Amino acid sequence: MSLTAPVGGAGGAGPPAAQVAVAHAPASRTRTPWALLLRKPTFIAGGVILLFWVVCAVFGSSIAPHSPFAQQLLDTNAAPSAAHWFGTDQLGRDVLSRVIAGSRDILLIAVAATLLGTVAGTALGLVMGYFGGIADILVGRVVEAVLALPVVIVAFLFIVALGPSTGTLIVVVGFVFTPLIARTVRSAVLVESQLDYLSSARLVGEKPVQIMAVEILPNVIPAVLVEFTVRLGYAIFAVATLSFLGFGVQPPTPDWGADIAANYGTLPAGYWWETLFPALAIASLVVAVNLVTDSIEQVLAS
Amino acid sequence: MTLAIASAASQGEAVATYILRRLGLALVTLWLLSVIVFFAGQVLPGDPGRAILGPLAAQSAVHALDQQLGVDRPLVTQYWSWISGLVHGNMGISYQFRSPVAPFIGAALENSVKLGALAFVIVVPLSIAGGVIAALNYGRATDRVISVTGLSATTVPEFVSGIVLIVIFGVELKWFPVSASAGPGASFGSQLDHLILPAIPLVLVLFGYIARMARAGTIEALDSDYARTATLKGLKRSVVIRRHVLRNSLLPTITVIATQTGYLIGGLVVVETLFNYPGIGRLIFSAATAKDFPMLEAGVLTIGVVYMVATLIADVLYTVLNPRLRLGGAA
Repeated sequence: MSLTAPVGGAGGAGPPAAQVAVAHAPASRTRTPWALLLRKPTFIAGGVILLFWVVCAVFGSSIAPHSPFAQQLLDTNAAPSAAHWFGTDQLGRDVLSRVIAGSRDILLIAVAATLLGTVAGTALGLVMGYFGGIADILVGRVVEAVLALPVVIVAFLFIVALGPSTGTLIVVVGFVFTPLIARTVRSAVLVESQLDYLSSARLVGEKPVQIMAVEILPNVIPAVLVEFTVRLGYAIFAVATLSFLGFGVQPPTPDWGADIAANYGTLPAGYWWETLFPALAIASLVVAVNLVTDSIEQVLAS
Repeated sequence: MTLAIASAASQGEAVATYILRRLGLALVTLWLLSVIVFFAGQVLPGDPGRAILGPLAAQSAVHALDQQLGVDRPLVTQYWSWISGLVHGNMGISYQFRSPVAPFIGAALENSVKLGALAFVIVVPLSIAGGVIAALNYGRATDRVISVTGLSATTVPEFVSGIVLIVIFGVELKWFPVSASAGPGASFGSQLDHLILPAIPLVLVLFGYIARMARAGTIEALDSDYARTATLKGLKRSVVIRRHVLRNSLLPTITVIATQTGYLIGGLVVVETLFNYPGIGRLIFSAATAKDFPMLEAGVLTIGVVYMVATLIADVLYTVLNPRLRLGGAA
């Protein structure tokens, strides 16, 4: 996938050598961002951690040492040992297995919600930026109103009204992200609409939908990509928080946030492993996404 | 935009116009917010009587409750009576406690302000210092460490850092109490002692963003013509930074700090639940679990108002403090 779209169609009627150079330019550009990314230690570190959790999410129970659901009621609240590396929880379930299997739902929900928000937000941002006028003003005010509330609270309000489920969680988090992403895309579109290639497209008689999808969209893709990775970090934050509060993934499904909520009551008794390991899992995932985001931003800015 | 007006009218008038305009926009946003909250709280749940009584209750009982709550009326009538009540300070009757919502909100807000204020008192100097230090070491290891740590701290959920803090400082070292409430009539020192641990997760979440903005502002100011002029006319680096760079770079940071009140309040829901502290966040959480929609709506709307007032104050402060728009002094 091309990270930096070719800037305008320079060249045209030139000597054959120049045309060859122009034809080759996009190919070399597509490789450069990846090469730059792979040279960044922060990207490698973030990518490796992310890959680790993706593998856990895909294979889940099959690579976990025990079943994440199996209760051993004679072996509850056991401290970490050779048999249970991360100990067992109140119901005697293996904490390591639940941490491994718990990566699935949070990754699925966060990625799906971010995708939904990115697609809807990009479409909305294109329309706002391209048409301007009343649509732009109206959506702009709604964005302001949504921004006046923390994401978790908006999500909260709608999840309580609609009842918690995986689908609701994806739709609500995606819905909350839509205006935020639309705002970023809108400003990127406004920059593009000053450029000559759009006037040419209009003069040639292209329809607005065609101009937005074929002419503008490829040029705002880098901004959309950065926005996607930034929002993914926030989505993980929001989904984990909502699960912790009981409005996300429901027990007994293994989930880091829900498992922390179920076990943090035992902290004063000293059973720290039941909550600390899922907490570290969330932290590592969030930090990994941020390292990747930060690297992508730096490469695109350079 | 405001600058253009300033050249035409007198500066004082321009600032007044700006503030009025800003106030008008805030009112529009507030109205939209009330529509969103009303929609989520009273339209989406469908039948509140059914939601409260559960699927097994008799239809006649559901009807009676709906009538008692006034939710069987047309939506516009409901919205009107709700919003006109709010304007008169009547936030409705809690489903949960069968008593007016307002006193609960007031008491909880007071507690949350204590916790939030402590977090702000810690985070503002810390993050500004962090951002400025990062900017002064632009591109070096110190800068990378501060930036990446800040970014990570910002996106680690509060309950995750809260758990780690409780494990280390509450359970293992026993330096701080694990619960945030010091109990009624506790001394200031004791209250502070109970609030430090819950304030730290909030500080961590706020740190990254404010530091990032302070860093960006400082880098921009360091790169400016006036900073170069000040250096070239022979001022010491410390004087240039203090007198020319910081004054300009910290101005936008004020606005950023105000916008962070939103994230702060979002964090309060989690931190207050985790540390069992009776603030507005825990009130909203318990209203949500009990499906107490009037309490939930009033709580959410209160948060919206607090956020909007904070951003309004920040915008006004920015306008008043900005030397390019300074009041009174004829240039």
